[in-house]
Amino acid sequence: MSHTFVRIVHVSLFIPCLTDQLFPETGMNMVRVLERVGVRVTYDRRQTCCGQPAFNTGYHDESRRLAMHFLDIFDGDGAEYIVAPSGSCATMVTVFYGDLLSLPPEYREKAGRVRERVREFTSFLVDVMHVEDVGAAFSSRVTVHDSCHALRELHIKQQPRTLLRAVRGLQLVEMDEAERCCGFGGTFSVKHADISTAMLEEKVASIERSGAAVVTGVDSSCLMQIDGMLRRRGLPVRTMHIADILASEAA
Amino acid sequence: MSTPTPIVPEHFKQLVGERIHDDALRGNIRRATRTSLEKRLAVISDYDDWEELRSLGYDIKRHVIDHLPYYLKKFEHAAAAAGAVVHFATDAAEAREIVHGLAVQRGGPVIVKSKSMTTEEIGLTHALEDAGIRTVETDLGEYIVQLAKEPPSHITAPALHKSRGEIGRLFADTLGIEYTDDPEELTAIARRLLREDFLAADVGISGVNFAIAESGTLCIVENEGNVRLSTGLPKTHIAVMGMEKLLPDMESLGLFLNLLGRSATGQRLTCYTSLITGPRRPHERDGPDEVHIVILDNGRSRMMRDPHLREALFCIRCGACMNVCPVYQSIGGHGYGSVYSGPIGSIITPVFYGEKRSRALPFASSLCGACAEICPVKIDIHHHLLWWRKSMVGSGDAPRSERLMMRIFLAVSRRPALFDLAGRIARLFTPLFRDGDGGISVPVWRGSRSFPAPPKKSFKQLWRHHEQRS
Repeated sequence: MSHTFVRIVHVSLFIPCLTDQLFPETGMNMVRVLERVGVRVTYDRRQTCCGQPAFNTGYHDESRRLAMHFLDIFDGDGAEYIVAPSGSCATMVTVFYGDLLSLPPEYREKAGRVRERVREFTSFLVDVMHVEDVGAAFSSRVTVHDSCHALRELHIKQQPRTLLRAVRGLQLVEMDEAERCCGFGGTFSVKHADISTAMLEEKVASIERSGAAVVTGVDSSCLMQIDGMLRRRGLPVRTMHIADILASEAA
Repeated sequence: MSTPTPIVPEHFKQLVGERIHDDALRGNIRRATRTSLEKRLAVISDYDDWEELRSLGYDIKRHVIDHLPYYLKKFEHAAAAAGAVVHFATDAAEAREIVHGLAVQRGGPVIVKSKSMTTEEIGLTHALEDAGIRTVETDLGEYIVQLAKEPPSHITAPALHKSRGEIGRLFADTLGIEYTDDPEELTAIARRLLREDFLAADVGISGVNFAIAESGTLCIVENEGNVRLSTGLPKTHIAVMGMEKLLPDMESLGLFLNLLGRSATGQRLTCYTSLITGPRRPHERDGPDEVHIVILDNGRSRMMRDPHLREALFCIRCGACMNVCPVYQSIGGHGYGSVYSGPIGSIITPVFYGEKRSRALPFASSLCGACAEICPVKIDIHHHLLWWRKSMVGSGDAPRSERLMMRIFLAVSRRPALFDLAGRIARLFTPLFRDGDGGISVPVWRGSRSFPAPPKKSFKQLWRHHEQRS
């Protein structure tokens, strides 16, 4: 009789405020997929927001306080990785908690330790766990929108596609200009709503040309922006976060 | 017809409002920028180490800017040794005065001028025209916008916002010729008219793409031959350059010609690359008798000293960040209201126009980062936009309502229990505002899209069930 010792990876969930408040099912679907691939998942209920909305709008003092709150929770939480269903929020911690936010020295150290452990969901599965097939089944034509922070700050491009190709029944189609911004940009979409809308129109046109029935991605914020126009125009395309697709099983 | 909104950065909102629904304009810009991007992609694939070339470009620029006083001095000595006269101008007014003084002394019925963003920055053409000196833009794109009495809308393609039909009508209206939209015919017409000015001019004005410190050489790139004529035919050549244009030596020029041509127009090398080292020598047949080089500061010293602005001095004015920017593609160069539009423009305009006048610009970006990704000298443009936002909010340039909202956001988000409570309340009430498609209307989006209606339970609530089950 042989014994196999499987090392259980411990992940601490980083649930962005947007996911917590507007897309809780996406968070739960990420939990389901992580548990399915054998990860032990814990969640600290004290987390709220990483501070990105304030940071992007120029309010660094406010953002710094939230960053410190975040770091107090996650530093020393015992988990090997901190996983978020968002490239944008992962970027906030891994990139912007660096020089730009100018944290006090003791928090700079914490940020350094926490940064090493933060991963975006699909990058965690593919790059850390070396998983490509999560056992999902989903029959549909699906296209991927590359979210800017995930793509350009974290270099996440192939990871979601790798995972989607292994989903049974799923047909992956590429839209033109998949890397073009959807126009959300947080408070930009309100401050410069007309420009944001013009950018969104081009994104929606690309999605329509792709012939996909579902547009997916690694960030709920971009998908929320896209969904707002698809629904308002009554177009037969829906948005789904990639965790929602990967958690699907054959009926 | 109502008078058009002046193209200045403080009118950003109006300028955007006048352009954002102009589908023809957007079509022109999209076509032109897409072509440039496609050509660029085709020629950068010549190199499998393009990324390393960009890094090298960054390193050389950083080195030069770190040692700018040294290289300026070196350039000044070498240029003077070659017979050129070097002038330093601290600001736009001083630069205009120097050029005006030189032009007045030398007279002539007309000044021919080649394309130069630095002369746009100091408003040189207008100043000379206002002083009664006829000044003709000889770059075709610049010629077009000069006829239209518009500023350039792109740093390498000044008339990119116009279709050839619009250019044809402009030529017919202003030059009294028969309408045609054939690009070759239009070019031939401009060429014929410009030829007379080239022959009559005693003074030619140009910009500078690169200035070589070791030899005092000016390098200017172009595709039409008008730079050759503007700098070589008149008796006096006046070159205006920002003081960041220096490169150490000819060897680095090789790299930068590659970076510039490929990034700007998708060319391996532009059709003409002029290297000008002083005036005509006694044994030479062609060239000007005098070469004057006006080196402009105009805020660049401040940028050099500020670690957050310094990188913007690395810019080689290729315009690739504009071509790739979805905001630029939506509003065009004039939408920004600044001589320098697009992403790079939004980080340098506050230096040239002042922060108060430019405060909309750093916020007019979704921070997608396509600009930094394409920049041939790796300027972290979108991170500099973030820095400007912080700087402007810090200096009190933010609406009071926004400050209050951010304060509330912080107060709530720092307290997990309060955060949950606020979420619960929002989830309770927002469904009352649902409309037709199940979403919630947000007034500023004017019906273009909706905000999602919140679900019944937050993640925290779902997680509790999950924990209890397992």
